[in-house]
Amino acid sequence: MKADKFNDASEKEIQELLSHYPTKQAALLPVLWVAEREFGWISPEVMELVAKRLEISPAHVYGVATFYTMYQKEPPAKYHVQVCQTLPCAMAGCDKVIAQLEDRLGIKAGSITKDKRFKLSTVECLASCGTAPAMRVNDTYYENLTEAEIDRLLSEFNK
Amino acid sequence: MERVLTKNFDLPDSHALAVYEKTGGYASLKKALSMTPAQIIDEVKNSGLRGRGGAGFPAGMKWSFVPQNTGKPIYLCVNADEGEPGTFKDRAILEKDPHRMIEGVLISSYAIGAKTAYVYIRGEFDLALRRLESAVREAYAKGYAGKNILGSNFSCDVFVHRGAGAYICGEETALLNSLEGNRGYPRIKPPFPAVEGLFKSPTVVNNVETLAAVPYIIEHGAAGYKKIGTEKSPGTKLFSVSGPVMKPGIYEVEMGYPMRKFLHEDCGWMKPGKILKAVIPGGSSMPVLTAQEVEEVNLDYESIASKGSLLGSGGMIVIDDSVCMVWALENLAHFYSHESCGQCSPCREGTGWSYKILKRLLHNEGKPGDIELLLDIGQKMAGKTICVLADSLSMPIASYIGKFRDEFEAHARRECTRCRHY
Repeated sequence: MKADKFNDASEKEIQELLSHYPTKQAALLPVLWVAEREFGWISPEVMELVAKRLEISPAHVYGVATFYTMYQKEPPAKYHVQVCQTLPCAMAGCDKVIAQLEDRLGIKAGSITKDKRFKLSTVECLASCGTAPAMRVNDTYYENLTEAEIDRLLSEFNK
Repeated sequence: MERVLTKNFDLPDSHALAVYEKTGGYASLKKALSMTPAQIIDEVKNSGLRGRGGAGFPAGMKWSFVPQNTGKPIYLCVNADEGEPGTFKDRAILEKDPHRMIEGVLISSYAIGAKTAYVYIRGEFDLALRRLESAVREAYAKGYAGKNILGSNFSCDVFVHRGAGAYICGEETALLNSLEGNRGYPRIKPPFPAVEGLFKSPTVVNNVETLAAVPYIIEHGAAGYKKIGTEKSPGTKLFSVSGPVMKPGIYEVEMGYPMRKFLHEDCGWMKPGKILKAVIPGGSSMPVLTAQEVEEVNLDYESIASKGSLLGSGGMIVIDDSVCMVWALENLAHFYSHESCGQCSPCREGTGWSYKILKRLLHNEGKPGDIELLLDIGQKMAGKTICVLADSLSMPIASYIGKFRDEFEAHARRECTRCRHY
């Protein structure tokens, strides 16, 4: 996948971000977000591009991108379903949520559907403990989940 | 009860600048700019405000550690990387009243001599991020942030910095390393951030809730703040309540309020059919309280400490009798081993090994001596590492086995009556 330069919108944002910090390296996490938005995921080519843009080593970018769980290191699905599995959500029945999603999507947690429509992940505490069980799909939270609500959401996403 | 922090939570569009201003917002910033930085530090010191992230360190005292004559820039970092399981109160402030926190950020920056403040926010907090960024833009547009604030000589930038999924970045020195564009590795202290923090410069790291209390303290003075709460734990605290109670959610509570009364009256007690077994008072890292201890304790730092636990973040997880404590501890061990940054061998190996043992115990495949081994690992990894993530698992290990040993022994005998599917 080609990633030899940032588009104009990304470049504008990167320049704004660079003005926030006394070092270029400090803009790395925010710039990785910009890169993920433009290219869909943080591929090795994207890591090289970010490294060049910020004048830091590709190895450093690799180390950072792989430390943080949220940066996607594989081609993305259309919908990334992230189910919280930490204690309060576990007590509220996240295992049933995961089982339901695995059943409906036909994949195990940690996998992507063949048509690349859904990726199913388990994640740690989303700070939705009082509205558990909860999940995040792309950049939206869904809380107080029920079996019916999950099926309703899936039919929306399958449209 | 005085709503220091949640005053605006129930108002429509509470996150908007117009609403915040209508209810007196940013009057404290104006008042603060007519005081000297030293006066503000004194006021906050005298108020007794303690850090609300979990450590409870006196905020004003932390500010006073910042050396003013190094020639280096001074930074304020807001720790909005709320990740302690059971805790969701910073998320509530960011979503419902970001301007209160921003006002606190600006007053605090003025007090310590910072011209740049970074808000390091959870990467997952989509709504909070949008509202915070919008609030920052509103603040700049109105002249509350940026150059020559409210016509004064004080200029301060507020930059939002989004995290990307690492619990350890809630640890203040890991946060600083992450902000500098590194893996989230904690640093050895000393040096403390106040002396050598961001970009090797003096830095204060404060929690969202701590900063959100500052406007009130400026408005009502230290004396006004101290009228609330107890002598050693003044003010109010936001509690995040989860578990099978009738009314989980965010509560602003006056320090010293009895926990029994809180659970029965404010939270509506247990859902039908659920019997109270235990409460984790301050986030998953804290020792658990039995139902009996819950009856005897007040919601403040000292009272909870007297029962061998900690107020921490105020992330109150209510556990009912159907929950197996081995299952609960296994869940936490998975969390901490996953979130360990890996720098220190006792933590990296200890959390992973603890998870492995708890997993086999839970699945009725325990080996003889597993319980003692868990306690031993817990002891050996605590206090020997750069940060306290390992201790955050050691405390639950010691506490859950200490208070619910029979459940661990039942699993060792493959006889747990609560776990039906292992």
